[in-house]
Amino acid sequence: MSSETPFGTCPAPILDHERILLGHGSGGLLSAQLVERLFRPAFDNPILDRLDDQAVFDSPGARLAFTTDSYVVTPLFFPGGDIGRLAVHGTINDLAMSGARPVYLSCGFIVEEGLPSETLRRVVASMREAALEAGVRIVTGDTKVVGKGSGDQLFVNTSGIGVVPPGVELSADRARPGDAVLLSGTVGDHGMAIVATRQSLGLEGTIVSDTAALHGLVGRLLEAKLALHVLRDPTRGGVAATWHEIAKSSGVGIEVDEAAVPVGDAVRGACEILGFDPLHVANEGKLVAFVAAEDAEAALQAMRAHPLGGGAARVGTVTAEHPGLVVIRTSIGGSRVLEQPYGELLPRIC
Amino acid sequence: MKYVDEYRDGDVARGLIEEIRRTVTRPWVIMEVCGGQTHSIVKHGIDRLIPAQIELVHGPGCPVCVTSLEMIDRAHAIASRPDVIFCSFGDMLRVPGSHGDLLTLKSRGADIRVVYAPLDCLKIARDNPERKVVFFGIGFETTAPANALAVKRAQVEGVANFSMLVSHVLVPPAITAILQSAENRVQAYLGPGHVCAVMGYAEYEPIAELYKVPIVITGFEPVDLLHGILMTVRQLESGRHEVENQYARILGRAGNEGARRLIFDVFEVADRKWRGVGSIPKSGYRLRYEYRAHDAERLFEVADICTAESSVCISGQVLKGIRKPLDCPAFGTECTPQHPLGATMVSGEGACAAYFTYGRHLELAGRPLTQVG
Repeated sequence: MSSETPFGTCPAPILDHERILLGHGSGGLLSAQLVERLFRPAFDNPILDRLDDQAVFDSPGARLAFTTDSYVVTPLFFPGGDIGRLAVHGTINDLAMSGARPVYLSCGFIVEEGLPSETLRRVVASMREAALEAGVRIVTGDTKVVGKGSGDQLFVNTSGIGVVPPGVELSADRARPGDAVLLSGTVGDHGMAIVATRQSLGLEGTIVSDTAALHGLVGRLLEAKLALHVLRDPTRGGVAATWHEIAKSSGVGIEVDEAAVPVGDAVRGACEILGFDPLHVANEGKLVAFVAAEDAEAALQAMRAHPLGGGAARVGTVTAEHPGLVVIRTSIGGSRVLEQPYGELLPRIC
Repeated sequence: MKYVDEYRDGDVARGLIEEIRRTVTRPWVIMEVCGGQTHSIVKHGIDRLIPAQIELVHGPGCPVCVTSLEMIDRAHAIASRPDVIFCSFGDMLRVPGSHGDLLTLKSRGADIRVVYAPLDCLKIARDNPERKVVFFGIGFETTAPANALAVKRAQVEGVANFSMLVSHVLVPPAITAILQSAENRVQAYLGPGHVCAVMGYAEYEPIAELYKVPIVITGFEPVDLLHGILMTVRQLESGRHEVENQYARILGRAGNEGARRLIFDVFEVADRKWRGVGSIPKSGYRLRYEYRAHDAERLFEVADICTAESSVCISGQVLKGIRKPLDCPAFGTECTPQHPLGATMVSGEGACAAYFTYGRHLELAGRPLTQVG
C-alpha cells in the first residue's frame, strides 16, 4: 500500500483540525479552507477552479450550467418552507445566478433509519410542488438509509442542469470599479427563521424563511438587456461572504452603505438579541447583482416589477481602492472593514 | 425599530461629535468598561469620528475574555465526561483552553449544548435524568440574576442532576485595580450600562470620589456612547469627578433590587482570577455553601487544575488600558480569533477580537481606511 496521499505529496496536514467541525460547513473561513486545501486539489479542473456557484461548460448546440448542493437543515419543516422546497430552490438559484434557465434536477436522499414515512412523503410532495412552480423536472435520484444515530433524520442532495442563453456571461470575477451593488430585498430572513424555530426565544413564527426560486427574477434582469456583471444568491455566510468572494475574485473593493441594506424589523430584533450581524445571516430567496452604474436604476426597476424583487435596493458601489476588501459606511458616518464570517454564528452572552 | 434607530441616527451623532469637538481643549484618556461598548465603538467607527485628543482605551469588561484559563480547562474536563451534558452561552464555545476549545470537544463526541437562558438547562436536566447537566455560569453582574435563578429553582424544585460551574466577575473591583496600578493612564470611565441596570450605581460613587475620576454610566448604541463621551469630557474639562447616568432610559441609581436579592441569596463575593490580569481580591461570585449540591467545582473535583499563559501576549496590558491591540506585534499575524494567544482575542467582545472582526488588521497591511472615498 502506498503511503502517498491521493493527490500531492505535501507532508503537512491538509486541514488545521483533526476532525471535521460544524464550522467546516458554515460558509466561512473553515469552509473556504476545505475547498482550497481539499476539494480543489482533489478534483482539480479549470471549471471547478472558477469557484462559482455553478459549472458552465460548452456542449453541442447549447451552453449548459451544472451545479450540486446538499441540504441538512434542522428542523426539516420551518416557517416559510421545508428541506424539500429548499433543495429545489437552492439548486435552481445556483443555476440561475449564471443566467441559466434551469431545466433538470437530480435528487439524492440520505435518510436516517426510523424516519416516519409520512415525513419523507411530505418532503417529496413539497419538492414536487416547488419543481412544478419553477418549471423544472427532477429526472433522476437516489436514496440511501443510514443507521439510527448516523444521520439527522434526512439529508437531501440536488444537482441541476440549466441552459445559458447565448451572450450571457455572469461570473464572480466580472465586477468592475464603478459598478452598482444591488440587493433584491431584505437580508437574513432564512437564517433567522431557522434560529427562531430552534431556540426558545419566543420568536417562533414571527420570522418566515425567504426560500424561493429566483430564475424568474433573473429572467427579468436579462430581458432588460443591461450591463449585468455578477449575480449571486447570498446563502450561508450571508451577503458578507458573497461580497467577499466577489471582491476577491474580481480584484476590486466594495463599499456598502449600511443604512441602505434592507433588513426586516423582526430579523433585526432577533439579530440584536443574539448579537448576530444580519449581513452574516443566510438567505435563500435573495440575489446580489453587480451592474454598470448607468444601468443601476433600470435594473432596480426590472427587479421591483417582479414579486420577488419588490424590496430591491442599491446598497453600494465597486471601487478600485482597497482591492479584496468590503468596507461598510456606518449610519453615523464611520467606517469599518466587513470581515468574512469565520465559522458557525455563535450567540453572544450579553 | 424603536430604541434602536433613534440611537443610531446620523444627524444626532454628528451633532454630538460637533459638541464634543467644541468642548475638548486638551488630551484625555477615557476607558469604556464593557466589551459591548468596545464592540460598538469599533463597529461604528466612533473612535475615529471623535477629536484626536480623546483617546478611548478598552476595558476589562468582556466576561468571556477574562474567564481564567484554569476555569476553561475545568470546564473542558467536565464537558469531556460521558455522563455530562455541558451547557454554555454560545461565545464560550470557541474560547481555547490549554488543549483546544469546546467546539473541538464536541466534534470528538462530547455532549455540548448552546443555551440562551440558564433556566433552559433545568428542562434539559429533567429530560435527561440519567445524565449530569452542567451550566458554565460566567459573566459580570448582568448575567448573575438569571444564573442565580437557575440554581435557586434547581434547589427548590429538586433538580438534583443540575449544577453550575461558576466563574462570575465584578466590575467595581476591576476598575479599582486599574486605578491603583502604577502604570494607570485612565482619567475617566464610561461605566457599564447593563451591569448598573442590575446593581445601580451607588457603589461607583466612592470610587469616583477617592480616585477623582468621572464615571458616566453609558449605553451601547452609537448615540449613547457619543453622549457618554460628551458628558465625560464636560466633567474632565471642568474638573468635576462625579457619577452621572447617561443610560437613564434603562436604569436608576438603585438598579434592580429584586435581581440583587436573588444574586445574594445564591452567591457570595469571593476572590477571582482574571485571565490576562491575575487574581483580584473580592472580584467575583461563588455559590453559597447552602447551594453546594449544585456547585460543579465541588461535584467534579476539578479545583486543582492549574495552567500557564502565553508570554508573548500583551492582553493584560490591553485589559488595563495601558496598551492597545495594534501595539502588539502578534496582532493579526500569530494571534487571530482562530488561534488566539490571549484573553482579548478569544471572544467577539474582547478588544483585540473587535479590532480584528472590523478589519483593522487588514488596514495594517498598508491600506488604512482613511484612503477610502
